[in-house]
Amino acid sequence: MDQQEIFTRFSPDRTNLLAILHALQDNHPQNYLTEESLRAAASYSGVNLSWVYGVAGYYSMFSLEPRGRYIIRVCNSPVCNMMGSAGLIEALGSVLGIGAGETTPDGLFTLEEAECLGICDVAPAMMVNRRVYGNLTRKSLESVLKEFRMMQNERK
Amino acid sequence: MIREKRIILRNSGVIDPGSIAEYINAGGYKGLSMALAGTPGKVVEEVVASGLRGRGGAGFPTGTKKQAAAGKDAGTIRYVVCNADEGEPGTFKDKAIMETNPHLLIEGMIIAAYGIDSERGYIYIRGEYYDSINRLQNAISQAYDRGYLGTDILGSGFSFDLEIKPGAGSYLCGEELTMLESLEGKRGYPRIKPPFPAEKGLWGKPTLVNNVETLANLPGIIEHGSAWFRSSGTESTPGTKIFSVCGDVRNPGCYEVDAGVILDDLINDLAGGTRNGKPWKAVLLGGAAGTFVPYSCNDLSLCYERLKERCATLGSGAVIVVGSGRKLIPLMQSILRFFRHESCGKCVPCRIGTTYIHERSLEMPGAGHDPRISILEEMVNHARQMATSSLCPLGQSPILPLETLQRHFSESIATE
Ligand SMILES: Cc1cc2nc3c(=O)[nH]c(=O)nc-3n(C[C@H](O)[C@H](O)[C@H](O)COP(=O)(O)O)c2cc1C
Ligand code: SF4
Ligand code: FES
Repeated sequence: MDQQEIFTRFSPDRTNLLAILHALQDNHPQNYLTEESLRAAASYSGVNLSWVYGVAGYYSMFSLEPRGRYIIRVCNSPVCNMMGSAGLIEALGSVLGIGAGETTPDGLFTLEEAECLGICDVAPAMMVNRRVYGNLTRKSLESVLKEFRMMQNERK
Repeated sequence: MIREKRIILRNSGVIDPGSIAEYINAGGYKGLSMALAGTPGKVVEEVVASGLRGRGGAGFPTGTKKQAAAGKDAGTIRYVVCNADEGEPGTFKDKAIMETNPHLLIEGMIIAAYGIDSERGYIYIRGEYYDSINRLQNAISQAYDRGYLGTDILGSGFSFDLEIKPGAGSYLCGEELTMLESLEGKRGYPRIKPPFPAEKGLWGKPTLVNNVETLANLPGIIEHGSAWFRSSGTESTPGTKIFSVCGDVRNPGCYEVDAGVILDDLINDLAGGTRNGKPWKAVLLGGAAGTFVPYSCNDLSLCYERLKERCATLGSGAVIVVGSGRKLIPLMQSILRFFRHESCGKCVPCRIGTTYIHERSLEMPGAGHDPRISILEEMVNHARQMATSSLCPLGQSPILPLETLQRHFSESIATE
């Protein structure tokens, strides 16, 4: 989507700033906020660039660096941790060959450690972009990854 | 054998949450029409009489808050903000309300707004709650179409506009004043309290901030009256409460029951008991910023009064069950890592302190019996200092789990 089109969905009211940043980030294939998009958001919202940088840097859902097409956010808060999330992050890391905070070289996956995602009833849990996965085991993790790889191949 | 008492969640799994017609058929928006037929003062009066206490964690009397927000500066702009940030680990009850009964929250917000004469409201919701956001967005459009939102609602002359604002991943933004900062498009740094939001809230205007579950209680209170509301729960905690039970239980989930339910009944009768069938070791009540209780508290009644007597907290209603085979040190480390990660770093005692106590907890597994006891003691002392010198409630929180761990489980921690 064209960036200008995104702005037309929001009034320039500052209460919309986070929503605008979400929309700009979601619109980028690499799931991040470019300097250009931050500039556009700043001028649209009537604040200066350093303000928007400060905001984008503060919130954990925003990224100022390019990320993968699929963001894997594994919850490592107390309930998921108790139910084994640390092992899952490790397993995911070794299958993907990356550590938390890193992106696979093919640009497909970024692995992130997240705080409680509000799905503790199915702990250990994670989200991949907007989808929720719970009661995870090493085995079910691999089939989730497979699913996304297949989706990607179909795309190609 | 106890059973659920579904009032807030009565429509869950019963009606289509995507259909306003089904909600209305099930008696929805009746509380709103009754509220609009009376005066705003009557709404506030009824909420005060109900004894409803905030369901977001602090348990502040909702009626008192409404009085404060309504009484300030007649004629000024006022806001109603729903706290749907739900970030406390172990808590997922607001999501259940928003996904299965979104109109109940909207109806509650309109009633709250009418009570304090507010024309604009926001639902500040976690950015990760995509399904809740979609459900609410759909419900809000339907409510506009049917004339429950917008100008001259149901011909009453009262107008109210409601919008959803997503957060972006910050636990601290669930704290009410920090949430208002975030809503104003800023970083989530807390404001100094007082002034409270009811005096100086969003854009400096009187603002009523309430949790999702709190607001969802209003339609019932207006429709059936405060006496009816008080027929559930206890004297100190009237009404029902939704507990999110998780951890080592067979059936984790949200259970709505009379407030004051006995802890073990909740765990055994509703959540299916522990996974290994043995008595549990500990329960963490209220999430990371909550308190640990030992099995000897299994007869505890979950209401403010009884919990206070036993130095425990209700918090958001999270009930995290720790099974008999579990070690407590890793859980403690995880809680402290959480606070370290979520500290905003604005004030020194919390920025340095959350890192320090987490680091100390990492020393524990390698230490022997007596050193573990003394490390725990140093951690508790440090957390106590943080509680008195930190700027906002986040820095005042780690003492809660730590102190109760020390009180009830120091021997278990020293020997595990
Ligand atoms: C660090 C922190 C996080 C909080 N997170 C939430 C939250 O996610 N949801 C919530 O309703 N209240 C949260 N609170 C409590 C709010 O500050 C406030 O008490 C609540 O929104 C008031 O609503 P109530 O009176 O209806 O409970 C949090 C408080 C603190 C200190
Ligand atoms: S107590 Fe912690 S979270 Fe609160 S202002 Fe200080 S550093 Fe930030
Ligand atoms: S602790 Fe992991 S989803 Fe809540």
